[in-house]
Amino acid sequence: MAVGMQWIGDHLPEILRYAASHAALAGLPLLVGLAIALPVGWLARRQPRLAGLIVGGSGLLYTIPSLALFILIPLLLGTRILDPLNVYVAMTIYTLALLVRTVVDALGSVPEATRAAATAMGYRGLGRLVAVDLPLAVPVLASGLRVAAVSNVSIVSVSALIGYPQLGSYLTDGYQRDYPLEIGVGIVGCLLLALLFDLAIRGGERALTPWLRVGR
Amino acid sequence: MLTSIWAWLTDPASWSGRDGIPTRLVEHLLYSVVALVLAAAVALPLGAWIGHSGRARWLVTAANAARAVPSLGLLFVVAMLAGPRIRGDFAYVVPSLVVLVLLAVPPLLAGAESGVRAVDPAARDAAYGMGMRAREVLLGVELPCALPLLLSGVRAATLQVIATATIAASVSLGGLGRYLIDGLAVSDYAQMAGGALLVAALALAVDGLLALVTRYAVSPGLGGISGKRGGRSGVARRMPAAPTVGRLSHGSEPS
Repeated sequence: MAVGMQWIGDHLPEILRYAASHAALAGLPLLVGLAIALPVGWLARRQPRLAGLIVGGSGLLYTIPSLALFILIPLLLGTRILDPLNVYVAMTIYTLALLVRTVVDALGSVPEATRAAATAMGYRGLGRLVAVDLPLAVPVLASGLRVAAVSNVSIVSVSALIGYPQLGSYLTDGYQRDYPLEIGVGIVGCLLLALLFDLAIRGGERALTPWLRVGR
Repeated sequence: MLTSIWAWLTDPASWSGRDGIPTRLVEHLLYSVVALVLAAAVALPLGAWIGHSGRARWLVTAANAARAVPSLGLLFVVAMLAGPRIRGDFAYVVPSLVVLVLLAVPPLLAGAESGVRAVDPAARDAAYGMGMRAREVLLGVELPCALPLLLSGVRAATLQVIATATIAASVSLGGLGRYLIDGLAVSDYAQMAGGALLVAALALAVDGLLALVTRYAVSPGLGGISGKRGGRSGVARRMPAAPTVGRLSHGSEPS
């Protein structure tokens, strides 16, 4: 036990560094993925004929196992195999695969009567989307983001097999050195990070939907 | 680069022997099927019972929460703890298989539970009203109605297992993952990328197959999730993987 605490103490700066890069590898693609999924999902709702293709096609991307995707991305981008950009792009693809469907559902969750009322009040086009539809879609968007965040944190750890340093490195390293504590640090680190993401998204959702706490 | 991958994929040596693509493919499918059958034998009846009775729902919640554990970590922990205790040829297979089963359980459980729970209460009442017994209601009404969600759980579990069987090559399991891990070890990118293409193709093919099974197995009378929206157009009916379902079941990751 004491040895374990000592190990953690000795490695604390490194653990924090790995946690930070893990958070970046999982978190930035979440933002980029959302930024891409919003217009794509909006388009899918505007064009019902394309909707099946867009939602189905993006969902198909989630089918590709992550280790395979990490290896195939350099082929598409012409990057080196150890370029962190590969992980960022792969994670953006997975985020997109989950969030396009979420955006379609989220925009669909806005009550038709509300939308009609907004239109009657003079909101139209992009203005209505930004001022009325999107804020009302936040709860569904947030629940999709939370699923994507947990999924991203877990998938990023797989990239340790190829050699990208982050919390997953403690899994591979601990296994190679037959040191369970190190694997434990990796797992607990991932769980805590996933929890942090979850809390942050819940917090953001709360801040963006003040009306949900009024009049209850 | 593409030519060397093509060369690896079309090299007769890649297609023969103990390390050949057919052998690895069969291994990969075998591990996946065994793990899925074992997991389904436990998770589907349990999930259906939880959904039917409304009891012990915390089990589903707990299983879903457990998905946050990174599968790579679970794999290494089980391999490290169980590996040395098992002798002979199975020392490499059993720990990985245990992990595959563990990872397949949450989506299967959630699919069966939410599927049965979401069955239209009116359909259930009607079945009881017609004099069906609890067992008949479960098998004859609730399960067919639960099929869309249940099968989407099966799809999620299958993808999870195929993906995790790939990374299980890092704890010496056979299967297509060997090309990715072995290629990495000797910096043979052609072998890695060739293997990665095979893995991706396998996952897409199996998912496509399950989509077809879903389309033919689900009663055309079911619209959306539970039949509540049965009055929808034919297109909506033929898309059993309802949006909310997809999100739920995709909670598992493609590891």
